[in-house]
Amino acid sequence: MPHDHHDHLSASGHPFREDNDAPLSYWQRMEIAVRELMIEKGHITAEEVARQIDVMDARSPANGAAVVARAWVDPDFKARLLQDASEASREMGFDIGPLNLIAVENTVEVHNLIVCTLCSCYPRNLLGLPPDWYKTRAYRSRAVIEPRAVLREFGLELPEDMRLCVHDSTADMRYIVLPARPAGTDGMDEAALVQLVTRDSMIGTGIPRQP
Amino acid sequence: MGGQDAGPVPQDGHDFAIWEKRVDALMVLLSGKGFFTVDGLRRALEDMGEEAFETMTYYERWIAAVNLNLIEDGAYSIEELGQRMDAVAARGATYGEAQDG
Amino acid sequence: MAERVRVKSMMPPGHVRTPTYLRGKTGLIERELGPYANPEKLAYALEAEKQSLYRVRFTMEEIWGAGAENPADTIDAEIYEHWLEKI
Repeated sequence: MPHDHHDHLSASGHPFREDNDAPLSYWQRMEIAVRELMIEKGHITAEEVARQIDVMDARSPANGAAVVARAWVDPDFKARLLQDASEASREMGFDIGPLNLIAVENTVEVHNLIVCTLCSCYPRNLLGLPPDWYKTRAYRSRAVIEPRAVLREFGLELPEDMRLCVHDSTADMRYIVLPARPAGTDGMDEAALVQLVTRDSMIGTGIPRQP
Repeated sequence: MGGQDAGPVPQDGHDFAIWEKRVDALMVLLSGKGFFTVDGLRRALEDMGEEAFETMTYYERWIAAVNLNLIEDGAYSIEELGQRMDAVAARGATYGEAQDG
Repeated sequence: MAERVRVKSMMPPGHVRTPTYLRGKTGLIERELGPYANPEKLAYALEAEKQSLYRVRFTMEEIWGAGAENPADTIDAEIYEHWLEKI
């Protein structure tokens, strides 16, 4: 008989998810064991783990979209963003921790694409966790050799006279693309512009929604 | 990795299970407290080789790397880990049953 | 005038943050990013000296040859100074 878990919370305060009914795997056993041992030895607390999960859950592309929309309406903020994207993000109230963020601007001449060929580095402290596709071998290997073909798969065709600049996040910097403000948005306020900014447009595999 | 042959980029994604979010939290908290560095995690991942990339999911590989780094740091022993993993398995057949000691 | 550099072509084993597809390739220093601890030491829990980190820009043609998807497209990557040779 199916058991309704919806009104039952786990110790961390999170509702059970469907996965909790799946057969316990070796690696899940390891996660539980490691977490418990580190708590018992006094190195972390269960509350810290729960809080960190909440902090990470609160991070999402919406944060990046807010930064982009601000840059579109405020030229001084945009200049600060391009100069020091970490500081500009903090200025907007986002707690990004030690993130070394660089914003790269899409223009009529240049389109930017972000990848981490060595692992899957991503500006997660601003945008949240990366999409699954960003972490695949297919994306990581092809983005540096046939990026235009990859973009085509995402539905984006770049003009030949535009330069595509791929950023491979090999070291301590993390990148966010500042996409170009779509045409026909002159009358729109910041709150409306935020809705046009997609996660993929901040990675470079897409462009913002049209108004 | 860059430039190697690979097929189309798969577009499907998935929401993360609570155990995966806990792995992520352990990575952030324990590297912040100095038990290991992100570099040590990456090195452990790389040493796992291609087969691990093929057969294990993202967070399976990361908990394996976290554990290896903690063993190397002396945070706990292999024996302690083994005993605890057995005790966890004895609690029940699902993650939901096993997660609370 | 941006400085031309070549990425060393050595192929040591172990944790190295210089992608293999860039080894032996020539690019221009786009900017110096500042001093960062050497990941090759951090990865092995060794004391890590700070090194200058550079963003280097390569053309697709330089990396993949004249048959590159779009030879004038570019790749920027961050390379530690001990991996770079002045030309």
